[in-house]
Amino acid sequence: MKRRKFLKATGAGLAATGLAGILAAHRAPVFAQANTIHILRWNDFVPAADKVLREVYVPEVQKALGIKLNVETVNANDIPARATAGIQSGSGPDIIMLLNNYPHLYASSGVDVSDIAEEVNKAQGGIYPASAQLNRVGGQYVAMPWSTVPAMIAYRKSWFDEIGVKEFPKTWAQYHEVGKKLKAAKRPIGQTLGNTFGDAPTFTYPFLWSFGGQEVDAKGKVILDSKETLESVRFMTTFWKDAHDEGGLAWDDSNNNRAFLSGDICASLNGASIYVASLNGADKFKTEKGAPLHTDILHAALPAGPKGQYAYGTAFNHMVMKYSKNAKGAKELLRWMHTEANYEKWFTVQKGFAVGIAQKWESHAMWNNDPVMLPFKTIQRQQTRLMGFGGQPDKRAAEAWNKFIITVMYAQAAGGKMSPEQSVKWAAGELGKIYT
Amino acid sequence: MLESETVLASALLAPGMLILVLFIAYPFVMAIWYSLTSISVGVAGEFVGIANFTKAWADTIFQQAFKNTVFYTFWATIFKLALGMWLALLLNRSFRFKRIIRASMLLPFIIPTVLSAFAWRWMFDPTFSVMNWVLFHSGVITDRLPFLSDGDWAMWCAVLVNTWRGMPFFAITLLAGLQTISPDLHEAAALDGANAWHRFWHVTWPLLMPVTLVVVVFSVIQTFSDFQLIYVLTGGGPANSTHLIATYAYQIGVASGLLGEGAALSLFMFPVLFGVVWFQLRYMKRMEGH
Repeated sequence: MKRRKFLKATGAGLAATGLAGILAAHRAPVFAQANTIHILRWNDFVPAADKVLREVYVPEVQKALGIKLNVETVNANDIPARATAGIQSGSGPDIIMLLNNYPHLYASSGVDVSDIAEEVNKAQGGIYPASAQLNRVGGQYVAMPWSTVPAMIAYRKSWFDEIGVKEFPKTWAQYHEVGKKLKAAKRPIGQTLGNTFGDAPTFTYPFLWSFGGQEVDAKGKVILDSKETLESVRFMTTFWKDAHDEGGLAWDDSNNNRAFLSGDICASLNGASIYVASLNGADKFKTEKGAPLHTDILHAALPAGPKGQYAYGTAFNHMVMKYSKNAKGAKELLRWMHTEANYEKWFTVQKGFAVGIAQKWESHAMWNNDPVMLPFKTIQRQQTRLMGFGGQPDKRAAEAWNKFIITVMYAQAAGGKMSPEQSVKWAAGELGKIYT
Repeated sequence: MLESETVLASALLAPGMLILVLFIAYPFVMAIWYSLTSISVGVAGEFVGIANFTKAWADTIFQQAFKNTVFYTFWATIFKLALGMWLALLLNRSFRFKRIIRASMLLPFIIPTVLSAFAWRWMFDPTFSVMNWVLFHSGVITDRLPFLSDGDWAMWCAVLVNTWRGMPFFAITLLAGLQTISPDLHEAAALDGANAWHRFWHVTWPLLMPVTLVVVVFSVIQTFSDFQLIYVLTGGGPANSTHLIATYAYQIGVASGLLGEGAALSLFMFPVLFGVVWFQLRYMKRMEGH
């Protein structure tokens, strides 16, 4: 080939791939980079859901939006470290899944996604107030709520039946009495009061509220040290000794699953993962009579206290990072994921373990599949309060949450390290240092 | 140009200096700067003087974490030294399979901390502890022992795991030290009528002192700033009874996003560790003088 001919041929080829345009525009090609979105999420407790992301969403997103989706999943506890590194260095995943009220902590780093939220709100019967509050800062959505993993008490129906309890206790006082009998039969309630992110605070915060205690008032003044709080701590101290597996002081979020599945505890507050595991391991997990364990599990809401009944779900939200070079593409992706047809693919494999962020999903046909999961359908309506109540779920509320102050308040008294009075005073003092 | 000693020396030192500046000095200076500001994730913050330090000082969880760190370091170092010395003296003797046993002794030290901490966590598990199972089924106990669910127990368990992990480092280093001691000295002492204890106390121990000191200082630094073991074993619980400065600083700095306060908390380790290193350097200088 002659030199001239070669240049001509290659020139034509390059022009065909857009070189001429690039040269004309005097800038480097950003096409490949612009169409890749890196999303960081937790390792879902329902592995099938991560499979949907990787095996269904990835090819479909490529087809529908021309976006190459890169899904990375890590342990939920490691997400804050990754987000911190990304934000401080200005590079990292385009979208980061954030738990609970982390959108408030990283508010200045999130792209406004109010338009997507409004669309979902309108089309899907209204976003739950708690989901909205966790993601709205200064009037705009700094992150988009994705799902909530509600917590309910999983309990052994036959063991409750055996002591004559046909219906799950409605109040803490009744639950105390029932728990006492079950513990005497070496079947205690299992509950963590350890320094762990999920099951401990989702138990202790609603417990506190149901007795009328709260961290602060609407102006941010600490009002934890009240007779209501003290009553709740006193109640917990005897309730703990009488009815609980006292090893729970050291449990993390997985201990109760193992203890329940091995038949050591009669009940435990949890996402539906105990039940899901017993379904998946029907041959492995049996009752003492040899029946599959899942046939002996039911779910119930946390009982009511003298001042009401509350629930707490763990919220999962997606933040489009401001440092992202392709925030527009990332928003397009979120919009695509939230369309009913696409969201449904992920929602159905959750089987109720994670619930939708808007009311419409309560009427989905998936809920007809398994009556044991049915209580989860509407439980999010009971989440009327969030961390930092009666103020906002802001940075200060997150600091108190991450220091486990409310949980430790109960743990210190339950474990005998402090009297209930001392423990309440201690917790109020610690909150006071945060809410200065 | 390279013939000039100054230039050559500078050229040879430059890469090392660069690494020190980039990876040690820069983060350290940044940490000091952060600790003096109200920086949080994504928000630059402003200069607040020593407010973060005073807040930490008044924080009862920090006070507890500080006490825990001192307790943990003190007892773990004592046990590691005593047991490491004992092991080193045993291994210094001649016996069959000496090499294999010496090598296998290093296992706890080689296994990644996270992995071994997980294994220990299983052994201490409140419900499934193998030790509880054995003791319970052999009738020694009627109730489960609260390995990690009682604050005091949990702290001693953490000390135990740290000792288990750190002891081989002591033993191997002290063994190396023991082998440099001439057998003649022991022979001479024996001829003078010294018994085994006298020979250890008056011959071995003084000669082993420099090595012991170095290894103790290293261990104190590592134990004082320990993070992984507690993070995996207890997460700082129950009720903050096992929080160390490092785990608490992580919780505030990373989990709560308060980078300034987290930096201030971790800098509380600095004066203590500085004191330890200063003491070591002074001692070594004195030894050189002799």
